[in-house]
Order: sequence, then C-alpha cells, then structure tokens
Amino acid sequence: MDFGLSEDQREIQRTARELLSERARPERVREHAEARSCDEALWRELCDLGWPGIAVTEEYGGQGLGVVALAVLCEELGRVVAPVPFLATAMAAAVIEHGGSAQQRERWLPGLASGATPGAVGVAHDGVAELVLDGGAAQVVVLVEGERARVAAASELDVRPLDAIDPTRSAARVSFGAGAGEPLSVDVDGGVDRALVAVSCELVGVSERALDMTVAYVKERHQFGVPVGAYQAVSHRCAQMLLDTEKARSLSAFAAWTADAEPQRLREAAAMAKAAASDAGVEVSAGAIQAHGGIGFTWEADVHWLYKRALVDAALLGGAKHHRARLAGVLGRISAAAPT
Amino acid sequence: MDLTFNARERAFREELRGWLAANPPDPEPVDGGEDAHFAWRRDWQRRLYDAGWAAPGWPAEYGGRGATLTESAIYFEEIGRARVPMAANVLGLLLGGPTLMVWGTDAQKERHLAPILSAEEIWCQGFSEPDAGSDLASLKTRAVQDGEEWVITGQKVWTSGAQYSKWCMLVARTDGDAAKHKGLTYFLMDMEQDGVQVRPLRQITGEAEFNELFIDGARVAQENVVGGVGNGWKVALTTLMNERAGLGFALQIRLRQLLDDLIALAAERGLLDDALYADALAELHVRCESLRLLAWKGLTDVERYGQPGPEGSLVKWLWSDTNQRLTQLAAEVIGPQALTAGTAWSYELLRARGNTIEGGTTEVLKNIVAERVLGLPRLKVA
Repeated sequence: MDFGLSEDQREIQRTARELLSERARPERVREHAEARSCDEALWRELCDLGWPGIAVTEEYGGQGLGVVALAVLCEELGRVVAPVPFLATAMAAAVIEHGGSAQQRERWLPGLASGATPGAVGVAHDGVAELVLDGGAAQVVVLVEGERARVAAASELDVRPLDAIDPTRSAARVSFGAGAGEPLSVDVDGGVDRALVAVSCELVGVSERALDMTVAYVKERHQFGVPVGAYQAVSHRCAQMLLDTEKARSLSAFAAWTADAEPQRLREAAAMAKAAASDAGVEVSAGAIQAHGGIGFTWEADVHWLYKRALVDAALLGGAKHHRARLAGVLGRISAAAPT
Repeated sequence: MDLTFNARERAFREELRGWLAANPPDPEPVDGGEDAHFAWRRDWQRRLYDAGWAAPGWPAEYGGRGATLTESAIYFEEIGRARVPMAANVLGLLLGGPTLMVWGTDAQKERHLAPILSAEEIWCQGFSEPDAGSDLASLKTRAVQDGEEWVITGQKVWTSGAQYSKWCMLVARTDGDAAKHKGLTYFLMDMEQDGVQVRPLRQITGEAEFNELFIDGARVAQENVVGGVGNGWKVALTTLMNERAGLGFALQIRLRQLLDDLIALAAERGLLDDALYADALAELHVRCESLRLLAWKGLTDVERYGQPGPEGSLVKWLWSDTNQRLTQLAAEVIGPQALTAGTAWSYELLRARGNTIEGGTTEVLKNIVAERVLGLPRLKVA
C-alpha cells in the first residue's frame, strides 16, 4: 500500500507549484479579482501545457494521465486561488467523457482538452442553473438535473453573467430552453463523480493554503508580549484546521485513486470526499480569517479570497449535507472492509 | 498511489483469518468477575502463542514472525474483526517487549521475552502518578541505590492489570538534582514483594481496569535497570511510541463494528429515513473512513519513506472523538435501553469518556500537533 504520488505525478506537482508561485502571485490574483477578470495569459499558458486535458484520454486530445494527476493540479490551483476557468473546464470534460456518446465525445472533448473551448457544469432545477461557475466564458455547458444531464453549445442557451461572491472566477445563470442541446446518456454518474473529486481536491488546496497563511501569521503577530500562536485558544484551532484538512485530503486522494484504479468504489468515495472537503474548505478558511483577527476581516488581507473560493466550491454539485444524505441512502449496503 | 495490499500481505491476512475462524476462543465467562475474565484472556494468549500468533511483529529470533508494519496492522485489524479478546499480556507484548528489544541487555532479553510472549509473566506500566499525568517528566517516585539494589518509594496510578502482573515497567527519579528529564531511570520492578501494594481504582463504568500502586521500599536489582541509570526518559519514550502503534488498528475496527451495529439498529427503527439521524450517521461513516485512510497512510509512509507524517497524533484524536460521538448518538437511536446500567451500549457510552484522556489527552495531542507538526511556539509558563 502506498499513498505517495508516482515520480511522474510528483513531477507534475513540482512543475505546477513552481509555475504558479511565479505566475499566480497574490498581487496578481488580487488584480484579477478586483477587476473580475480571468487571467488570460496564465490560462493560455496552462492550455499550452495541456493541463485542461490532463485526465482526458489521448484519443480525444488529452494526456490520459488519470484523475490522480488531475487531482494534483486542482489542489495546486486551489492553493493559489488561480483566476482561470480550469476547474469548470475539467469538470465539463469529465462529465462528457463518461456521460457522452462517442459522437458527443468526439465533438466536445478535443476543445475542452486543449482549453480552446472552455466548459462549465451546472446543477439545474427546471432547466435553470442559478450559479454556473465560469458559465459566462464557457462555450460548452453541461447541465445536470437529477439523474439526467444535457450538453449544449453556449450559443444555444440563455446565459446571464452574474457577480458571484468569489470574484476570482466568473459565474452565470444559465437556462436551457426546451430542446436545447442533447442528453448525455452513458455514465453520467461516473462523470459527475470525477467532477466531484476535482472540486474536492481544489478545496483541499484552499484549506492547505489557508492553514499555511494562518500558521505564518500567528507566529509573527505578537500580543501581550508573545506570538499569538502560543496561546492554546489559537494553536488548538490551528490543530483543528490541520485535522480537518487531513481528513479532506485523505478522502479526496482516496476518491481520486478509486477513479483510476477501482471505479466500482468511486460513487461512495466521491460523496465522502465532497462532504469532508466542503466542510473543511469553509471551516479552515473561516478559521484563517478569525486567526488573522481584525486584519483578516479587511479587503487588504488575502485570506478572504480563500474563504470566498471555498464557499462557492463547497456548494458546487451539492454541499456537505447533500452528499451525506446520498451516503446515508446506501449506508446499509456499504461494506467498509479495508481495501483488499 | 496504490491502495491495495500485495500478495504477501493478502496471504498473511487469509492465513490469520483462517486460523481465527478455526480456533475461536472459549465463550466469555459470565461468572467469576474480573479474575475469571483475565484468566480467559490469559488462556486465549496461550493459544495464540502455541500457534505462533501472539506477537507476529516480533523478530523470529524472539518468537515472532518478523511481520512488517503493514502485516502487524493487518493482524490487529483481523483480531478486531474476529471480536476475540485482547491478549492478557497486551502491555508486555506491545510495550515491554519492544522496549527491551531496543534498550535491553542480552541477559534481559533472554530472561524476559519468552515469558511475555507466553503470558506466563504479565507486565504492567508504572509511569503516571497522581501529580504527574500529562507532565510525565515531573514524576516524583524515588529510587535510591543500596549496594547492588535500588530502593523505590512513591505512588503510581492508572496501572492496568497490576493485580495480575509479575513485572512493572517503572520510571523513577534517581537524581533529584538533575534537570527534570535527566534524573530519571527505567526499572523492571518485581510486583511480587511486600513493598508493592495494589489498590483497584473503580472507574465511571463501575469496573476496575486500573489500579493505584503504593510503593514503599520496594527493591529492584541493578540488573533490572533498562537502558542505563539517568536514561529513563529516552527509554520511556520508546515505550510510549509503541503505545499507539498497533492497537490503533484494532480500535478502529471496533469502532467500525459499533457503527455498523448502530446503522443496523437505526435502520430497524426507520431512522435512516430521518434526515437528522441520516446526516449524523453519514458523518460518522465519513469519519471512520478517513480514520482508516489516515492510519494506513501514517503507517505505510513510515514503512516506505521512513518519515512519519502528521497522521500519528491526528488518528488517536479523531478516533477518540468519533467513538464518543458515536456512543452518544447510540443513546438517542436506541433510547432507554442504552441508558440502562449493564447493557453493552451503556458500557460503551461510559467507557468512551476515557478515550480522550487515556494514552494522551486530546489537549496534549493538540499541543503536539501545534508545536511539532505546525511549528507553533510554545507558551512559556512562569
């Protein structure tokens, strides 16, 4: 049993971390967040590297490196709150790759894998998805409604951009008129589960960064003559933030691994990962604001980008309670034997 | 990443599972109280020993199977899954033996390891004192040299199984002038002498797993010093590091079984369709699974990369907290029966309170995480 990344996956992680520490510095993220603009230069660079298609099979123009590799990128992009439509595009690719027919895959995947036609996924009620992440810039949109999903070119849809609470990425309200697009009818669940893994891993990255920033801050900030991190009221909350992050990380990594190695366990694993990561992302980034004190509540401190990203990600494709309710539905049947 | 077991590990699990199925312990005694219960566990360990299953993680030269860390964890998972009793000499097997393998002289290993394994001689642990709990190094029990012997005076507490023990792993102060961690020595104290009095300590469950130890002029031969005079803190840390290693896997499986039982009871009562109960049970399921993953990650990272991650301290914290939540939820799911003295669930409910205290309180674990994993400063206490 080995929880470590392979040499290739570690290389992807190293490359991503180096590139993003250079290209997605906090001041640059802030600039785009304040302008509510996508970082086009960074997005082009990520597309040139083939990142949006990292998990898409080579047949459709991707790199075929699997969900674990995608998970690595999501985590790194979450860490820096990158202002690019990566997650939305990767999620759309996952749902179409597994839910779509050969024709649909042929039609949409190459553009999603190269990033030439960014995508988005929304959860709809009566044909309307109120908040579709990066729905404004998407050229292909998947709407999931209950057990069913449809895919359509954005030009066929009514797309109204809106300002979401997280200004590092765009959002839109999308409605599917009657007859717009085509149904996806293969393994929609398998696609949505992979999309859930991607969001969960981004939330792990957000949590990780929120904790890093907090630890650095509470070591520096002195009150009553000592670093505030020496007080147990502060340090114990930091410990709790680590526990929450590690719970989310372990389940997200497990879910990514099942997607590649034991897809029959993905359903349950993805629900567990999204439940734990949604809670962790919000709790840990909220803890970061609290531990930063008054400064944490200001626009000037960068912790609020993490909290806002976490709030939106936590709600994407259903929040923690939604996924726990799904789990409860199968609890009686789940055999939680150790993997053998 | 590869979250599967290899062929050798699967074969190990199969062999053990097969043996446990073919060799069940006698039924748990209903009469005779704690003595009968202990005799039952002693008999069980004897059978494990005869079949070579008492301590598979010990090297073959000492009577083990030289099992890897992963195989040892599998061993405890299977022991937990089979719902067999804990070996009588669990402290000797998990703590005493491994500590001697690191620090003991050849003569000590020769003398002690075999009777630990066969449960001929039971071991207990004399570390904590009434005024030295989390702050263990402040302990006051004194050892004074008298020729070839040491004379021990003091008091120990939370000594599980002391009434059945032949040997006590005892840490005492041999130099009152040295710094608090430096003046300690680790002894093996013979429990069968007049200078040692054992008094059972009744806990909130009504039973007495623990004891107080009153030590008044007890004598320990020089040959029973472990790891050298003044080196007791280091030797004690070896013991403490072993404390959480293997047993954690048995406890986790136990937690999983309790949760499965509770889910079945909730289903019978139609509570899985109640959103609030469903949410709470699903949350427990998520916690159990992350616990399993964190424990395996911690163990296999050490095995493969020689580097422990932060999981060790997190696992015990998460386990104890989850077991408390689970047993409290059980009281709501089951109702009055769980609140009736003498029932299994009422026992679990009360016993779980000890989980966040024994083997390192949650508060101390949070300090460890904050200071050693996150690198936060420690508050200097005046």
